[in-house]
Amino acid sequence: MNGPLSVVTIVAALVLAAWYLLRAALNRAPSRFDLLAAAVFSALVAVLVVIAVVGLFGDSRPSDTATFGGYLITTIAFVPVGAYLARLEPTRWGSLILGIACLVLPVLVLRLQQIASVTGA
Amino acid sequence: MPEASTRPQDAALGSGLGRVLLLVYGIFALSASARALVQITTHFGEAPLAYLLSAFAGLVYISATVGLAIGGVRGRLIALVSCSIELLGVLIVGILTVADTTDFPDDTVWSRFGSGYGYVPLVLPFIGLWWIWRHRPRA
Repeated sequence: MNGPLSVVTIVAALVLAAWYLLRAALNRAPSRFDLLAAAVFSALVAVLVVIAVVGLFGDSRPSDTATFGGYLITTIAFVPVGAYLARLEPTRWGSLILGIACLVLPVLVLRLQQIASVTGA
Repeated sequence: MPEASTRPQDAALGSGLGRVLLLVYGIFALSASARALVQITTHFGEAPLAYLLSAFAGLVYISATVGLAIGGVRGRLIALVSCSIELLGVLIVGILTVADTTDFPDDTVWSRFGSGYGYVPLVLPFIGLWWIWRHRPRA
């Protein structure tokens, strides 16, 4: 969970968030490119979550497994739900929704890292 | 929009900015409630007060979200009461947790003015109240 992929995910989320917030500030609705970028980013997050799930069957299982699982489900679903809502809102506010989704995601990844670092003996 | 005729003018669901506001409120309703659920079901005995407060905060966020979403006379009242409780909650709990940690051995959304949530819980009630004020009925 604390590998380079997490760092890449967080950086990508922040770059995308900045882009979407700029789009919202410029009064632009989410374009096809914006939604495609969200889809690609969702795939990256999915890879991260799958690796974390595989890790659950290893020897370093987080002591708070239920919370970890809850955060994993939230994490994998968050950007797709944001993109879905953004498609329903084809105005600048749709771009803001994408921006907020991308701002929340690093928080989720950081929480996952926190929970993963506590491995009960 | 065929449903626009039945939906109150001030319903947050009816405008783009309102939908974004609802999204943020919804995220907090979900995270505060989920946190309370985990805290109460797994280690309630450790800090009952803090965990009950978490649950209460979750309920307040849920009712604020619903009130803002439906609008109208009833929605406005629900949202106004919820956002006011939310504002008082984050201020009182914030002051108590900064001044003295004995009563709050564990975190809630409102602890230290919501610093664990990027201080969004401190800003959110103001935005909610601003929304209600901006959409007040014109005399």
